[in-house]
Amino acid sequence: MTTTLLVEQLLNGLQFGLMLFLIAAGLTLVFGIMDVLNLAHGSLYMIGAYVAASVAQVTGSFWVALPVATLVTGLVGLLLETTLIRRLYRRDHLAQVLATFAVILVADDTVKLIWGPAPIMLSAPAALAGPVELLPGVLYPSYRLLIIGVGLALALALYLFVTKTRTGMLVRAGSSNRDMASLMGVRVDRLFATIFVLGAMLSAVAGALLGPLLAVEIGMGENILILALVIIVIGGIGSIRGAFVGAVLVGIVDTAGRAFLPDLLHRFLSNAVAAQLGPALAAIAIYVLMAAVLFFRPQGLFPARG
Amino acid sequence: MTRRDLLPWVLLMVAALVPWLAGLLDQGYYVGFVRRMMIFAIAAASLNFIMGYGGMVSLGHAAFFGIGAYVVAIAMVHGVTSAWIAWPLAVLFAALAALAIGSISLRTRGVYFIMITLAFAQMVYYLAVGLKHYGGEDGLNLAQRSVIGLGLDLASETTLYYVVLVALATVMLLLNRAVGARYGRVLMGIRENETRMEAIGFATYRYKLVGFAIAGGLAGLAGALFANHNLFVSPAALHWTQSATLVVMVLLGGIGFRYGGLAGAVALLMLEELLAALTDYWHLPLGLILLAVVFFAPRGLAGLFARRGAA
Repeated sequence: MTTTLLVEQLLNGLQFGLMLFLIAAGLTLVFGIMDVLNLAHGSLYMIGAYVAASVAQVTGSFWVALPVATLVTGLVGLLLETTLIRRLYRRDHLAQVLATFAVILVADDTVKLIWGPAPIMLSAPAALAGPVELLPGVLYPSYRLLIIGVGLALALALYLFVTKTRTGMLVRAGSSNRDMASLMGVRVDRLFATIFVLGAMLSAVAGALLGPLLAVEIGMGENILILALVIIVIGGIGSIRGAFVGAVLVGIVDTAGRAFLPDLLHRFLSNAVAAQLGPALAAIAIYVLMAAVLFFRPQGLFPARG
Repeated sequence: MTRRDLLPWVLLMVAALVPWLAGLLDQGYYVGFVRRMMIFAIAAASLNFIMGYGGMVSLGHAAFFGIGAYVVAIAMVHGVTSAWIAWPLAVLFAALAALAIGSISLRTRGVYFIMITLAFAQMVYYLAVGLKHYGGEDGLNLAQRSVIGLGLDLASETTLYYVVLVALATVMLLLNRAVGARYGRVLMGIRENETRMEAIGFATYRYKLVGFAIAGGLAGLAGALFANHNLFVSPAALHWTQSATLVVMVLLGGIGFRYGGLAGAVALLMLEELLAALTDYWHLPLGLILLAVVFFAPRGLAGLFARRGAA
């Protein structure tokens, strides 16, 4: 196992983790503040990726596609919030599960109607096709570096938004005690809509950025949704800081697990057993992480509710 | 006996007549279709038992279903064809898995419980994917159906149908008895107020764990039947969307109603079948129907017919 490989895999893990953070951030805020379990959050990510791919095909520019996809998904989010999610605030989690699962079904088929059942292509910007030399001898794809940069910048912006702005203060108040916040005169419905649309836009950014790396296909939202749920549970529901730590943890554990676990097992076990066990264990690693976190801290690492 | 008490018996009669009717109309396909509904009804009913009466919302129930199916398939690979060995083993393994998973998961509450059951189910899912000896991702074909003896041959579609029907009727009887018995009452008490039940001296954790294991074992039975029905098992049977589908069945049918799980399984599979016959894009109308259920029938289908306040 060389240092180059280690650095590369750690960066890949960080890059994946930051994108997961963009998706988990919206989910954890919606969950923490509005107490809505929104399974359809992954569908917003899918819509972001599809719109980005279409716009990139038409205009030929990734840099036009990214903001357009973000805006369009924000509008879809606004529509979803005002027509449906708003009516679910007062319902129990099970009604929310059923309703948002129904939204997944509708979203998947709508995408299939518009774009067809086959996966579609979204290419990374041509200027970022090549690798850059980070350290002497350590090459890293520049597009992935860009993702890390954007992810870090957005995480920082979100952090400043939540900790330094007036709206962010209301968000935190809503997160730690929703009823008290609304009694103190916070206009919760407007706050909810803002948060929901913000979450939708962040997922769209993740969808557009991850599009060139992962496949843009129907069902992509369901897989990423589970990872995002794992993250917010590890981090503590409603906590942005928790979502960040959880996302980076999950990104690195998942990526490193897939890269190194099979090799590691070869040292202790026979080849046949290791070849079988390795990939399975790597896939399981993040769920073991989550079960362990919940076992010792049933409220997650950074509980938002005091 | 009121009309309401008669309904299950009428349904049982109708179900018993299905193969005869299908034969009459030359529609053999529907024997398999109704059989699949009944198998999922067992799984959904077992989930309704812990969700509706125990307040334990598990998003990992497909794991136990899948374990049951895999036990039968793997036993078959090793030459164990007897249903009398393989099926109880399937129930046992599923129940033991539920016992292990439940013992950790039940330390958490609410949404965290939903998530931790999901996590464990994902682990089981990836284990199944990792079983390269037994097909891995591609799944595993069964050479034949289980052998049940007694002069019955499960290779016959109709015989398997009646075996599934008997299993479903037995499970419903058992669950209804459990709900009516002291155990079920305690479970409902825990659902309503766990702290109070604990304060008056019930070992609530143990009651919940037993319920979770029973439900897991019954889901394992459904899985064992499914392996026979399908003659094929694959990790897809354990995927989290399968767990979500079971939850949707319970909610659609009516959570906490005696026949909620059964009604939900029948209704959902029937809807799928109907819509898929009409259009390739059947998820879309199905989603809209489920949304309508959320807003217009918040207590599920059973809730539409129940007396006000009854549950």
